[in-house]
Amino acid sequence: MQHPYVSFEGVTRAYPGHVVFRDLWFGVNRGEFVCLVGHSGCGKTTVLNILAGLDAPNAGGVIVDGQEISGPSLDRAVIFQGHALMPWMTAEQNVAFALSCRHPGWGKAKLRDAARAALEKVGLGQAADRKPAMLSGGMKQRVGIARALAIEPKMLLMDEPFSALDALTRGALQDEVARLVAEANQTAFMITHDVDEAILLADRILLMTNGPDARCAEVVMNTLPKPRNRATLHKLPGYHALRDHILEFLLTRSRTLAGTRPADWDPKSPPDVRPADAPLPAAAE
Amino acid sequence: MHRTVPFWQQALLSALLLGLFLGAWELAAGRGGGGTGVAVDPEYAALLGQAAAQGGQTPFPRPSEIAVRLWELLRDPFYVRGTNDQGIGVQVAYSLLRVAAGFGLAALVAIPLGFLIGMSPLLSGALNPFIQVLRPVSPLAWMPLALFTIKDSAISSIFVIFICSVWPMLLNTAFGVQSVRREWLNVARTLEAGTLRTAFRVILPAAAPTILTGMRISIGIAWLVIVAAEMLVGGTGIGYWVWNQWNNLSLSDIVIAILLIGIVGLLLDRALGAVQRLVAWQD
Repeated sequence: MQHPYVSFEGVTRAYPGHVVFRDLWFGVNRGEFVCLVGHSGCGKTTVLNILAGLDAPNAGGVIVDGQEISGPSLDRAVIFQGHALMPWMTAEQNVAFALSCRHPGWGKAKLRDAARAALEKVGLGQAADRKPAMLSGGMKQRVGIARALAIEPKMLLMDEPFSALDALTRGALQDEVARLVAEANQTAFMITHDVDEAILLADRILLMTNGPDARCAEVVMNTLPKPRNRATLHKLPGYHALRDHILEFLLTRSRTLAGTRPADWDPKSPPDVRPADAPLPAAAE
Repeated sequence: MHRTVPFWQQALLSALLLGLFLGAWELAAGRGGGGTGVAVDPEYAALLGQAAAQGGQTPFPRPSEIAVRLWELLRDPFYVRGTNDQGIGVQVAYSLLRVAAGFGLAALVAIPLGFLIGMSPLLSGALNPFIQVLRPVSPLAWMPLALFTIKDSAISSIFVIFICSVWPMLLNTAFGVQSVRREWLNVARTLEAGTLRTAFRVILPAAAPTILTGMRISIGIAWLVIVAAEMLVGGTGIGYWVWNQWNNLSLSDIVIAILLIGIVGLLLDRALGAVQRLVAWQD
């Protein structure tokens, strides 16, 4: 197996008297979409912040592209939970600001054209001159996506990017992200607690137990064929088994597995499961 | 509940109140005593004026008299006939110049320093005791030290304006910078924006409305203090002019000066308010 693009190696994050998670190992391959699923308080956002370089582990390290990370990088763009747009800039200026960081030598006109192009890609060409206060929640998050993709990062990090949106908007944006990520063969890592979102987008889904002292209990391989879309997703064979498996984990096992570590537990390779493959032989009977 | 009231109603009531006030004043301030009519030494009378020499009191001016005097003053506001006789416009201009100089210097010091304090918890903690002690000091208390060290009354009054306008700007800038939202700083960090780009493109615009609030408070205080400072140091300026007219017992002039000081103060505040609207952002 090739070296993964990202690899978490024994990462521990703790505050005085409180271990968020301990000895976390996982990798993300190039072009792969990995989702991290777990309840609030299990340190999901901390995992993402460490990968983004905004937070640092107490022990262990994160290797990206063969090098241990020491801080934030333009190669790992973040789509934040709150859109995190600067309210004094128009949508276009927000994207242009990111572009000006990536390309310090670019002139105003070039930045503007590139920002417009990035906004067109997420269907916001006509709203480029509006400030965030004049945009709906979904449009703001689209600008956030455009800003992250405009700098052509090697990896996209998303921290529950759609959790603040209504269901309809969320669905539209999930499809949009699925399309954009597939088009660019973008490596992506996403935090979510929305099971369907994870099944729609992810190649692999990491399941985390409840905190404190959370761990990655298992890795669910999403073997449903790609490209997927929301309209037909639930008709795919194996979808319900996959969904039930993750739901069951979130409802009960995330709690019962918390804290206890089985004797044969190897943090370096949490068990892989393929629930979507299971019903096939059953269906053949 | 606060109902919205049509503007014309407010304006009408304002005008009515003003009319009532001026009318009552006009009636109340009747002619003062015309003196006792006792014959006095003509030389004494020439020195003090007939009425005063005979024991009469200067009457409080009536609005109509003040209006006449105002017209006189405003017809030629910028004349200069020697050091002690200059138009009211010249005096206001002197005061504005001092406020501009003191306030400008204070902004040049307070905004960068406030930025540093806001960004550095160490500096914030270290400088806080000094700021807390010096801030409540009346700026006029600095005047003797300023006169002693600077030895120039005009520059001393500028220093006093400086010292009174520096605190609100300093504290507001520091507060504004401290309150910049974590998520915007995180955006800048993930974009590797660098210190300068983050300071000018993210922190400064984010804190600008708070900084402008501080500037607005400062200019108000500066305009309050300049009148008192000029009364102390004398020479020129609207404060000195007020004191001079008090010595002349020209009460009309003092009423006019009060009105003028109020209007100029209002305009200064409105000017900064306009700038504040320019930098305001809505979340």
